[in-house]
Amino acid sequence: MSSNKKYWKSVEELDKNSSIVEALKNNEFVEEIPTDEFLGNSDALSSSSTSRRDFLKYVGFSTAAATLAACEGPVNKSIPYVLQPEQIIPGVADYYATSVFDGFDFANLLIKTREGRPIKIDNNTIAGAKFSANARIHASILSLYDSMRLKEPKVEGKNAAWSVVDSKIKSSIADAAAKGGQVVLLTNTLASPSTEKLIAEFIGKNPNAKHVIYDAVSSSEALDAFETVYGERALVDYDFSKASLIVSVGADFLGDWQGGGYDSSYTQGRVPKAGKMSRHFQLEANMTLSGAAADKRLPMSTANQKQALVHIYNVVTGSAVSVSLEDKFKAEVTKAAQQLKAAGSQGVLVSGISDKNAQLLVLAINQALASEAFSTLGVRQIRKGSNVKVAQLVADMKAGSVHTLIMSGVNPVYTLADSAAFVEGLKKVKTSVAFSLKEDETALLSTVAAAVPHYLESWNDVSFTKGTYGITQPAIRPLFNTKQFQDVLLSLNGLSGTFYEYIKGNASATIVGSSWNKVLHDGVFVGVISSVSAGSADYSAAASALAQSKPVQGLELVLYTKTGMGDGQQANNPWLQEFPDPITRVSWDNYVTVSNADAKKYELSNEIVANGGLNGSYATITTADGLKLENVPVIVQPGQAVGTIGLALGYGRKAALKEEMVVGLNAYALYKGFNTVQSVTLAKAGGEHEFACVQGQKTLMGRGDIIKETSLEIFNTKDAKVWNEQPMVSLDHKEVEATKVDLWDSFDRSTGHHFNLSIDLNACTGCGACVIACHAENNVPVVGKSEVRRSRDMHWLRIDRYYSSESTFEGDNERKENIAGLSSSLSTFNEMEKAGDNPQVSFQPVMCQHCNHAPCETVCPVAATSHSRQGQNHMAYNRCVGTRYCANNCPYKVRRFNWFLYNKNSEFDYHMNDDLGRMVLNPDVNVRSRGVMEKCSMCIQMTQATILKAKNEGRPVVDGEFQTACSNACSNGAMKFGDVNDTEAVIAKLAADERMYHLLEHVGTKPNVIYHVKVRNT
Amino acid sequence: MKKVGNHNSISRKLFFSIALMLSISFTSFAQEATPAVDAAAPDAAATSQGADPVKGKELFNANCAACHKLDAKATGPMLRGIAAKYDASWLHKWVRNSSELIKSGDAQAVKVYEENNKAVMSAFPQLTDGDIDNIIAYTSEPKAEAPKAATATEAVPGTAPSDSGVSNNIILGALSLVMFILVVMLFLVNKVLSKVAKANGIEVAPKTPTTPIWKAFARNQFLVLVSAVFLLLASAYFVYGFLMQIGVDQDYAPIQPIHYSHRIHAGSNGISCKYCHSSARVSKHSGIPSLNVCMNCHKSIAEVSDTTATPEYSKAFYDAEIQKLYKAVGWDATNQKYTGKTEPVKWIRIHNLPSFVYFNHSQHVNVAGIECQTCHGPVQEYEIQKQFAPLTMGWCINCHRKTEVKMEGNEYYTKIHEQLSKKYGVDKLTAAQMGGLECGKCHY
Repeated sequence: MSSNKKYWKSVEELDKNSSIVEALKNNEFVEEIPTDEFLGNSDALSSSSTSRRDFLKYVGFSTAAATLAACEGPVNKSIPYVLQPEQIIPGVADYYATSVFDGFDFANLLIKTREGRPIKIDNNTIAGAKFSANARIHASILSLYDSMRLKEPKVEGKNAAWSVVDSKIKSSIADAAAKGGQVVLLTNTLASPSTEKLIAEFIGKNPNAKHVIYDAVSSSEALDAFETVYGERALVDYDFSKASLIVSVGADFLGDWQGGGYDSSYTQGRVPKAGKMSRHFQLEANMTLSGAAADKRLPMSTANQKQALVHIYNVVTGSAVSVSLEDKFKAEVTKAAQQLKAAGSQGVLVSGISDKNAQLLVLAINQALASEAFSTLGVRQIRKGSNVKVAQLVADMKAGSVHTLIMSGVNPVYTLADSAAFVEGLKKVKTSVAFSLKEDETALLSTVAAAVPHYLESWNDVSFTKGTYGITQPAIRPLFNTKQFQDVLLSLNGLSGTFYEYIKGNASATIVGSSWNKVLHDGVFVGVISSVSAGSADYSAAASALAQSKPVQGLELVLYTKTGMGDGQQANNPWLQEFPDPITRVSWDNYVTVSNADAKKYELSNEIVANGGLNGSYATITTADGLKLENVPVIVQPGQAVGTIGLALGYGRKAALKEEMVVGLNAYALYKGFNTVQSVTLAKAGGEHEFACVQGQKTLMGRGDIIKETSLEIFNTKDAKVWNEQPMVSLDHKEVEATKVDLWDSFDRSTGHHFNLSIDLNACTGCGACVIACHAENNVPVVGKSEVRRSRDMHWLRIDRYYSSESTFEGDNERKENIAGLSSSLSTFNEMEKAGDNPQVSFQPVMCQHCNHAPCETVCPVAATSHSRQGQNHMAYNRCVGTRYCANNCPYKVRRFNWFLYNKNSEFDYHMNDDLGRMVLNPDVNVRSRGVMEKCSMCIQMTQATILKAKNEGRPVVDGEFQTACSNACSNGAMKFGDVNDTEAVIAKLAADERMYHLLEHVGTKPNVIYHVKVRNT
Repeated sequence: MKKVGNHNSISRKLFFSIALMLSISFTSFAQEATPAVDAAAPDAAATSQGADPVKGKELFNANCAACHKLDAKATGPMLRGIAAKYDASWLHKWVRNSSELIKSGDAQAVKVYEENNKAVMSAFPQLTDGDIDNIIAYTSEPKAEAPKAATATEAVPGTAPSDSGVSNNIILGALSLVMFILVVMLFLVNKVLSKVAKANGIEVAPKTPTTPIWKAFARNQFLVLVSAVFLLLASAYFVYGFLMQIGVDQDYAPIQPIHYSHRIHAGSNGISCKYCHSSARVSKHSGIPSLNVCMNCHKSIAEVSDTTATPEYSKAFYDAEIQKLYKAVGWDATNQKYTGKTEPVKWIRIHNLPSFVYFNHSQHVNVAGIECQTCHGPVQEYEIQKQFAPLTMGWCINCHRKTEVKMEGNEYYTKIHEQLSKKYGVDKLTAAQMGGLECGKCHY
């Protein structure tokens, strides 16, 4: 198809007067190719002693020599232990239970180690281990092997011994005491009883010391509100499984709201059981994971959310605080509020508005509902930071009253909005010590950069929620010359022994009725979970204050954290950088998301260019006080509330990063007053940004058989044939089900194991834990931004995101069928192509479907891909010659081609290019080379290991034993794996479920991956 | 790195068969190697109070040898001439319960205890005074001279190969002599005949010039074509054979940093393979034993016995190899202590599967119960370990096709055996029928 559209590669081309444009028109290369320089000197050429014949001789000889030399195999050395540790058997994995909290993410984990090195993170599934790993935690194993880690302590930028560091800190503290200066410990939230005790002891010994807790992404308002009402600085640990109605006002609780980790309890109520599932209203500005999962999503600005919250408060408590809610929202918000009130104790309301009054209303509404999901039993202790105290510290530092500043787990130079003030204050501090994993922005400016071990090399104890206790234990000896912050504190407190002994000493009082070894083995201990005493506050005053809060001037900037990057502490993690954002599907970037309407208004656009890459305009964001963030790439985000724009924190880091990882812009600079909502203006800037986006932003165009959706009402009342329609084809002029027609004779699959992977679209929140787990398990390479842009990403498992502009696919189909004539078809399709202002979102994890009748197998000229009786589609890499016929013939586009050698190749300077990074590789899975096709193997190394384990123990395989990396990582219950030939297995029941369907069923591939129709409770 | 021949090579087979033929005639010589005779006459030495050193030797080997040696310090002190050092009644007490003696404060006992790194000697209450006297009698025997018979035993296998070398040459020489005589005789006969013909006046017809055979050959297009085809096929055959052996390292026997003899350990001493390669039962790797496993025995075995030595490798050579182990593991044999200075041994890996092949030892060793020798050859005979099997895919697959899966007593197989035996109509199932030929079972 030809078009007279003008394509252009850079803005320069639009400038007619530019000389480069003219040059480019006539020449492929702007600069002359230096051939004359090379061949011009004929004298030198003729007098050269090397004739052309000689040259050819040398070439011939060296080629032959190289060929001969290549026949010689390498000599491999095998070096056994001198003294083999009893528990280590080479080739057998060991697991260690641990709990991790890095100041932002927290989880109960099992660390898989092979030959003494951690290679994979799994969820701890023992009773009491409540928090499962998200994508960032799964990826944190790679941060252990980060070659940019701080490898030894530094004093004033020079490597130093720990004794020097210790004495420096000690003398500085003594000096502070003598001169009357403050000693400040600035840490992230610790949630560690022993560390907190150590700090309390330190303050007890040094009266001039104080402890300031700083969360980079603050939940301070919610903490303040809870403290006001209940007298304790903590957060409610909601249990969404107990709620039949969830109203979220600007809280992305499936993301990182108040620490996150709510998805598994949320999804328990989202799978229809006996005709019932929870209903979820989401009022929000940015399109978030929670908004994507919601049954009813209302895009609205934070100003409107505040009014809506007061309105809901009015309805639920019967108050009459005057609100100024826009009319277009009134009906829907009232509906939500009334349903919430009707749900009573089955309802719950959460809010992410950074305003203490709003957070007070949340407590008020849930108290009024007597919500079961809202419980003050076992409150969360993973956020403790106080905005006021941090602001006070910066003021103190600027005033010069802080003598010694000891920082641990924080990077304020990067994460503080007023970084300049902090840096200015830091210069006035006599001694600053940064305990850090990296030589990050703060460590670079500190007197002492103290290298700390990764959590997989450290001891610690944690208490995520009140009454629970967990131990962080090392899974490997420290790789570098590092020392824990706590060990230094111990010596500062004049205590002997190690922090490990200190924890062990403290534990006995906590782990009543259990033993240290048992708790260490389990990783967790659940003690007595106490509740905080009931309390109240002046809620109506809070409501009126909130109702009267003024909307921001100009555009409302809503800052958020991305699923991949979080607060940005793992910015040097290539897995996370390449992880596509679940909503925008863009990797390696942060960007400003604008609504369609605003995009038109500011003339911002996204377009897909000839090579399939996504391009976007640049914009400049200016805050109310004149701070500018220039050249921010723009993504036009369907569902973004008009008048708001979104921007992710955690990007734009510069220090301790490999060159490739320096991407995005630092949005923390705009995070003024720890408020996620800022008043800004937006202006279009010149140039086009090249995104690495893995999915075009199109609608489904009514092809409902990729994603099947229905409403709870239809699901409950109609026959399965209606909402899970079987594709029909014509056979002998009769309509028959597509699944009944077959070109091939089928194999007998009734014997032995036959694996199926079930994916429930209702339970999938798009969190991406499976994507990273798959990376870690299968040695999937990272290819980098420019390769992702060329659609050469290597993700074996991708989570497709689909928008649908109509509320039902049936509606789309109807419109499509009512098209009459060409003009009507054009206009209707155009309309359908425009993503709606408030689209519905569906996530669909897609990996190799392991078709029983696989199209890829029939076209492989060398039989490199073949089928097994166990239902897995095999891929023999050593047999593959790279014709890529299979990828072309795959209807699901799940095959990945190794365009380059991604390991030991400096062109791809990610973890596989350094010895340290390669330590994460799974020794049971081959590292693929250039020119080879690869794809999901349904974790055959894991299924084979399970079978072997059963054989070795002489017993049948038990249901639930078969797992894949993705099904293991999925704590939401969306992915289940098992043997369908085991009729008692969960998977066999799922395969027989009415909601079950196959992807593109009409193609007749008979996949072994099954999906479950998404049901929305609209 | 290796010497690899064409596995299809005819010349190798020819050579092998000639060698076989020749060697058959000499096998009888090899049989003559006689076991070393215990040179020391048992009752030659002085025996006090009629104690029996023969019984003493038995008792010594059963009870004492784990920690004591006659002529060297081991965990305990050397025992030869112990009777001269200590009083017999004191020794009786010490052997029965040394720790009690130490506790009682006996000065001599405490001294012995301190001298030996405070290692407590186990109590032997079951030994009677007579038993202990027998042991003492054995330890009191003078050190036997290096047995002269040993040289004799060495001589036999030593001469045998040289014998065969000589006889080979003699036979070859005789054969060539016969050939030479035949040629000379033919020449002479020819000469005589032509002389006779001349004498009889018979004219030998002059040869008519004919076309040389190669020209005739070149003219015959059919022959040229056939031989060209033959040559092409033959060269293709050899090229294919050459290419197919690339990367096949059968018989690869690199020189290892320590000369470890499987012949001595698995053969002569009959140590089970899985004692050292214990992880073969549970892991994908058979595992090279860590040095602490070696020291389980070598803590008390600092030198090989005289009978271990072969003409090729002397006792001194083997003893030096054990010293290498001590150096690697950091064992101070004189003080019976670990020094803590270790030098991990960098063995050269013999069996190198490419990274795209997954092989699991426990599947084959533990589940299938296959003998190690099936794939690794008669290891117990190998002085130098080598790669026995070609480790090619064809080799794997052939075995999977033939081998019946050992299913009895393994409940994992109960259901699948029932199903598959019905399907194939057989009672025994091969690994191939179980799905052992599927690509993805080994390649991932």
